[in-house]
Amino acid sequence: MPRNRDARLAVLGSPVPRSRPAGYSSRSATALRRRLVAGVLVFVSIVLITIYFREPPGGSLHGIQSGGAAVLRPFEVGAERVARPFRDAYGWFAGLVHAKSENARLRTQVDRLSQQVIQNYTAAQENADLKRQLHYVGLTSFPTGYDYVASAIIGRPPSEFQQQVDIAAGYVNGIRTNDPVVSADGLVGLVTEVAHDQAQVTLLTDPELKVSALDLTTKATGMVGHGQGRATLILDRVQKSQTINQGDWIVTSGWHSQGLTSLYPKGIPIGVVSGSSLSDLDLYWQVQLRPRVDFGSLQSVLVLVPKNRPR
Amino acid sequence: MRFLIEPAKVAMLVFVAAILQVTIFSSVEILRGTPDVVLLTLMSVALLRGSIYGAGAGFAAGLLVDTANLATLGVTSLLLTIAGYWIGRYGETTGRDRAHAPFVSVAVATILVQFGALFLHYMLGDPVSARVALLDALPPKLALNLLLTLPVYALVRRVLALATEPKGATEVQLLG
Repeated sequence: MPRNRDARLAVLGSPVPRSRPAGYSSRSATALRRRLVAGVLVFVSIVLITIYFREPPGGSLHGIQSGGAAVLRPFEVGAERVARPFRDAYGWFAGLVHAKSENARLRTQVDRLSQQVIQNYTAAQENADLKRQLHYVGLTSFPTGYDYVASAIIGRPPSEFQQQVDIAAGYVNGIRTNDPVVSADGLVGLVTEVAHDQAQVTLLTDPELKVSALDLTTKATGMVGHGQGRATLILDRVQKSQTINQGDWIVTSGWHSQGLTSLYPKGIPIGVVSGSSLSDLDLYWQVQLRPRVDFGSLQSVLVLVPKNRPR
Repeated sequence: MRFLIEPAKVAMLVFVAAILQVTIFSSVEILRGTPDVVLLTLMSVALLRGSIYGAGAGFAAGLLVDTANLATLGVTSLLLTIAGYWIGRYGETTGRDRAHAPFVSVAVATILVQFGALFLHYMLGDPVSARVALLDALPPKLALNLLLTLPVYALVRRVLALATEPKGATEVQLLG
């Protein structure tokens, strides 16, 4: 008995005329014909896939496809041209809708990338600075009898009345109070406070800090201390009988007397004589120094730790 | 000549749908999905004209799409032939005269065609991602297709009814 699942509804008297009631040609076709058509088409599709997949790019099917694409191309171009204004309008409105969130997202991205750039730049500068310090360590002018602890500066003086910086190394690194602090350029100052993993360094520009020094050329000795201007130094207590010339190098004297030793090793550069004066009434030379170290832009320092000190 | 009008109209519909799909709709991305007007047109033709038309239209549409996209010839034809045939059979049997038939057809066909395309491309060694095809692209595509089902179905029905005089009922079937 033939299956007739369509016989469920009587369409006689239906108020709506069917648009194409006679068009169900496949309904009237036999099941064999229907299956044959579908089967043939599926088979042809599989054959096409197989041939297309197996043949080289210059094969016959590829050629036919290329020709077909060339035929379709004008239609595609035409449709594209017709649709372009609508697509542009859609794109414009869609862009408008997304512009705000996109803007916020891009701003966040710009901020993040800017921070990254700054971090990279800072790291590069720090790297260059530390390399310079390490270069100084390898020189013969590096004080003998001392190890070094390289450290970045993590805190700067909050006001111009304070001349201390904080470094990222402390007790655990072997640093103790009164350890001298240098950089590749010269003497920086002295450790005045030590915590577990950080320390405070008093700069040479602090009024409280005095360093015994000598003129590298004339061997005139004196005490280097804070000058009148910001980041200036003076060499005091230089006897009138001694000679001081402009441009002379001033270095630490590193004295040793009756079991007492200077806090600073000998020969660390402090500055260059920028001017000197002497009046009849003065007991000592008035010597101005230009410091070797730029105290305002210090990035890292080396703390000198005596080798013979137990840790 | 009258018997040629119907296939000509179906061919025109399929051709226009394929051209629109490859030029416009394939680049309209809404919520990471693209509507498939070829499938919608095929669904309408198959529901209105039966499984043979469905299979033939699917084959032709697939061939056009693959040709225009320079894709592996036969892949889309195979998928759309099966989809068109199934929708046609559904329309001839259980889906006949049911208002929800286009929506059911589109939903099922969209999902199966997507799975089938993924499987075929995987078998052909194309780089495919199941996550992208099924999780990212399928839900919005399904939603867009369902959204466009009614207008496309109405349009195709109207085009196929053109130049066809309504004759009213031509058959009587017994109830029960």
